[in-house]
Amino acid sequence: MSSQSCVEVHTEWGIVSARQAGRNKAKEIGFGNVDQARITTAISELARNIYLYAEKGEICIGEVSEMGGAGVKKGLQITAKDVGPGIDNIREVMADGFTTSGGLGAGLPGVKRLMDHFDIESTSGEGTTITAIKWLR
Amino acid sequence: MEPSIIDFIYKRKQLLVEKWLEEVESVTQDSAITRIPEDIYSETNREFIDVIVNTLHVSPEEAKERLRSFVERLIHIGWPLSYFTRGLQAFRRVILEEMKENTQAEQAFSTFGEVENWIDGIVNQLVDEYTGSWENTLNLQKLALKELSAPLIPVFSHISVMPLIGTIDTERAKLIMENLLEGIIEHRSQVVLIDITGVPVVDTMVAHHIIQAAEAVRLVGAECILVGIRPEIAQTIVNLGIDLGKFPTKSTLRKGIESGLEVTNKKIVEIE
Ligand SMILES: Nc1ncnc2c1ncn2[C@@H]1O[C@H](COP(=O)(O)OP(=O)(O)OP(=O)(O)O)[C@@H](O)[C@H]1O
Ligand SMILES: [Mg+2]
Repeated sequence: MSSQSCVEVHTEWGIVSARQAGRNKAKEIGFGNVDQARITTAISELARNIYLYAEKGEICIGEVSEMGGAGVKKGLQITAKDVGPGIDNIREVMADGFTTSGGLGAGLPGVKRLMDHFDIESTSGEGTTITAIKWLR
Repeated sequence: MEPSIIDFIYKRKQLLVEKWLEEVESVTQDSAITRIPEDIYSETNREFIDVIVNTLHVSPEEAKERLRSFVERLIHIGWPLSYFTRGLQAFRRVILEEMKENTQAEQAFSTFGEVENWIDGIVNQLVDEYTGSWENTLNLQKLALKELSAPLIPVFSHISVMPLIGTIDTERAKLIMENLLEGIIEHRSQVVLIDITGVPVVDTMVAHHIIQAAEAVRLVGAECILVGIRPEIAQTIVNLGIDLGKFPTKSTLRKGIESGLEVTNKKIVEIE
């Protein structure tokens, strides 16, 4: 990855600055309005989950590229990392409507739909790392 | 502090001032100071030195008070804290240089310690004054923001609008709910339009709060219409899988008002 910048999340302000960082990066890479909104919303979900369930962690945002059939494609990668309680049953939390906090339970499945690539790694008691990528079309 | 040190500093005040001004000149080149007019700047430099040197021969309380009133004035006009901290570092450097040349080795050690303590005390007080003033400002701004945060505006009889502008956090979400319900009772609204044109990000939390607010509005006997959903926001809401199907929505405030008029059996007519 060429450049990556990280924002610490342990207050609601951290969520706002992570979002801001994501929006700036998305603009810089050349994403349009709708994808900018998707990216910032995805960051908002992941950052809020960190704040709510792990208390603190960080969101890193960077540009990625990949060789494809049609040449090099560019994308934006979000990494959300925390050393919180972790997730026991990943399949459960990825289902629409699953929540332990009285929320809508739409965050994680939503992020998966908002982005092109979604990967979640979590160990109970050790923490959670979620990586998501949006490719520039 | 040792009288001999005070004496030492006091005797060399003029020299210290000169050297300090040279030092501080280079140190403040890059800071926000450059925007301050030259004469005010050098005037303040001299005053600053006077204030700190004078702290040596008055009582500690008196010294504190003098420093406070000086700093308060500068905080008020927006003088940066870095000016003071860097200035004092420079001042300390100048004094220690001067002492090195004029004191015996065995004496120097304890003298340095005393000077360090003295300057540290001043730095601590400065930082306290500044943070105190920042906290004050922050609290005032929070209050101001809260007042501006979520007004419910009656536009026609029985029709009110709540324009939301800016980020919605937990605290604001609570305020939105309170103002909405209190306002509905107060203005006897039948229809409230929540305008989210100015909300930068609508994530699941914001959506959840809006849904809950609409439910509560329904419970007090009014109807809620969501307006100002920008196209990109509409798409992200769909991606998130949030169902606003039960929820009356209109793309613009104007269309919302039209349907509000319909609900309340009103019509706007042009008069010839
Ligand atoms: N970083 C995390 N660490 C531990 N548990 C998590 C983390 N992120 C999510 N979870 C768990 O996964 C569940 C589902 O998360 P998801 O974001 O999908 O919904 P939610 O946060 O409950 O509600 P919302 O729709 O408001 O996002 C959460 O309720 C929580 O139990
Ligand atoms: Mg969530």
